[in-house]
Amino acid sequence: MSKLYTGAEIVFKCMEDQKVEFIFGYPGGAVLPIYDELKNHDSIKHILARHEQGAGHAAEGYARSCGKPGVVLVTSGPGATNVVTALTDAYMDSIPLVCISGQVPTHLIGTDAFQECDTTGITRPCTKHNWLVKDVKDLAKTIHKAFEVATTGRPGPVLVDIPKDIQFQKAKYTNFKKQKKLNGKSNNRFSQKDIDKLIEMMSKAKQPIFYTGGGVINSGPKASEQLRELVSITGFPITSTLQGLGSFPGDDNQFLGMLGMHGTYEANNAMHDCDLMINIGARFDDRITGKIDEFSPKSKKVHIDIDPSSINKNVKVDLPIVGDVSEVISLLIKTIKKHKPNFLKSNKENISKWWEQIGKWRSVNSLNFINSDKTIKPQFAIQRLYELTKNKDTFITTEVGQHQMWAAQHYKFDKPNRWMTSGGLGTMGYGLPAAVGVQIAHPDKLVVDIAGEASVLMTMQEMSTAVQYNLPIKIFILNNEYMGMVRQWQELLHEKNYSESYTAALPDFVKLAEAYGCVGIRAKTPDELDQKIQEMIDVKKPVIFDCLVDKEENCFPMIPSGKPHNQMLLGPNDQKENKITGKGKTLV
Amino acid sequence: MAKSKSAYSDPGKKGKLDTHIIVVWVDNEAGVLARVVGLFSGRGYNIESLAVAEVDPKRGISRITIVTTGTPQVIEQIKLQLGKLVPVHKVADFMRGDKKIIFKEMALLKLVGNTSKRNKALKVCKKFNPVVLDKTQKSVVLQITALRREIDTVMGDLKKFGLVSVSRTGAVAMTRGSEIFK
Repeated sequence: MSKLYTGAEIVFKCMEDQKVEFIFGYPGGAVLPIYDELKNHDSIKHILARHEQGAGHAAEGYARSCGKPGVVLVTSGPGATNVVTALTDAYMDSIPLVCISGQVPTHLIGTDAFQECDTTGITRPCTKHNWLVKDVKDLAKTIHKAFEVATTGRPGPVLVDIPKDIQFQKAKYTNFKKQKKLNGKSNNRFSQKDIDKLIEMMSKAKQPIFYTGGGVINSGPKASEQLRELVSITGFPITSTLQGLGSFPGDDNQFLGMLGMHGTYEANNAMHDCDLMINIGARFDDRITGKIDEFSPKSKKVHIDIDPSSINKNVKVDLPIVGDVSEVISLLIKTIKKHKPNFLKSNKENISKWWEQIGKWRSVNSLNFINSDKTIKPQFAIQRLYELTKNKDTFITTEVGQHQMWAAQHYKFDKPNRWMTSGGLGTMGYGLPAAVGVQIAHPDKLVVDIAGEASVLMTMQEMSTAVQYNLPIKIFILNNEYMGMVRQWQELLHEKNYSESYTAALPDFVKLAEAYGCVGIRAKTPDELDQKIQEMIDVKKPVIFDCLVDKEENCFPMIPSGKPHNQMLLGPNDQKENKITGKGKTLV
Repeated sequence: MAKSKSAYSDPGKKGKLDTHIIVVWVDNEAGVLARVVGLFSGRGYNIESLAVAEVDPKRGISRITIVTTGTPQVIEQIKLQLGKLVPVHKVADFMRGDKKIIFKEMALLKLVGNTSKRNKALKVCKKFNPVVLDKTQKSVVLQITALRREIDTVMGDLKKFGLVSVSRTGAVAMTRGSEIFK
């Protein structure tokens, strides 16, 4: 008879077979048997967060920066409810997470026991799938299936809830067999015919554009390489969503910058006026499309996505291609090379007028801002950070708000998996713990969290985690004492009624850094900025960088939500010259 | 009301609403109905009626029949979103009124009254395969199977014959002829 293992042992045997190296977690009563077993498994290291939400975001940062699923371990009740934000965040941004939660013993379930909650009920709408394991014989199978569900198709979070008595009970261990198809769900449903049709549309197009998203990154580093090849052999312009940044080099001439609510003038206008839109791994989010009825009215639309339910959800498309981005692009490139080896040449003339028009839009220079020699402009701070870190392989995380958009606009990425930001859910407090996870995955790389002072306070306790594991993360705070994006909307939409958007009692971030046992640096003027940033980069410890920036700077360009792409608000330069201020107000 | 300054977008044009019958084959496991129903409520879809029971005890497969209304785009989304749920095996969808499909609902009707009233009631139900399930001196329980609107009509007609209680199921569906749902 084969050996019997306890439930807790089975949890670790599964993780060993899944090649898990790090668990992000927080112990508690209902997971103690699993924590007790931790010491017997050297290949798995546990990272102790300071809050379960922090553990969840750290696992997300880990997963996004290295492509492997992040593993979270939490206790029942508050442990599980605290991780809900991170699970929802991962669900919205398609990040593979496997969360294991303790549960009260089976005989106590439903009795309102201490630290009991309906974990599977609470997490059902924010996971791809979840399981409550009621029989130890099902445990191994369930955990392996959990990893499979999290990582296949469109990735996402899953949760396995394990009652405490199951963790003690014994059963045989069964290794996993990879199923070919999960309940008949296949990811690639496209054919050569679809590809041929796409190429036909591409060769007819006079104003084409690639609109790429996080799906390219999720498809693996190879997809980014293939995308570069595709863009280069077609000569088409390309724009990217917030999540897609890094899949195509940000400083390439064919790249129009990010599109959407705070996207560039050229990207949004090109989206509005194009005659062929090829969406690769993006999902027509409302921050991208603006007003749906007036979204890119003249174009034929092609949508390449691994998730069939993304097709025709927000925008009706003419040619849907359901499949993994990498596999679709690779067949596309192969077919172009075989049947249209001169595609680029024959196409150049076709789209030359289009590039001319794009050039005109580009000359507006929509990311421009009025710099100052007295106060640090936030855009300037990011530009300097970029210039001083671009030669290192730098990983950037962000919180949510103005600083996030400025980072997306002014930091140029040229590799995938270097940019971790909460796009779908927009979770303030994401960046700091995410940086912890990224640094765990890449101990020798420079990891910077571009933060706002309001966001970062939401998960500031994770600095303690960074110090405990000697993770030299850099928290680069653009401190304007406001919830900047809230303040900006109040200025533009609510008659400057700055209701509750000013934080009157902020901590001294330098002293706070010292209290945590890391390094605090403050920059107050533009001329000292470079030297201070360099100091931050050179320190081999975690750093909180308090960058005091202009308090009233707004993030432009901006499409007021509910407006189409061609009705953008531009920055102060443009407003002065063209007097858009008055007209702009009626727009929003 | 003053014109909203909200930056959130206006809802786009509303399409025409159709009634569809969605049939879903699922693993009969704990929480599966909550997943399906939660998907509908979470995404703001309608459920007009719902019928669910295990149909293949060997493989543990249940069949859920949902009557719903929505624009063609919403119906398409419902099908695709259901298809993504892990315990879902397949999803089929039919317009109400599709000639190739049989739809039936069952109702139990309790009537209290004298013999003449009860006999008249039976006559009203005649078209809908009435079965007398229980009979006493002053009451009768009838079972009928029919379409939703037919049952609605019967209920109205039976009021004057002593209808005191009604229990109804959701609709179930089956294809005509030798074909089966794909």
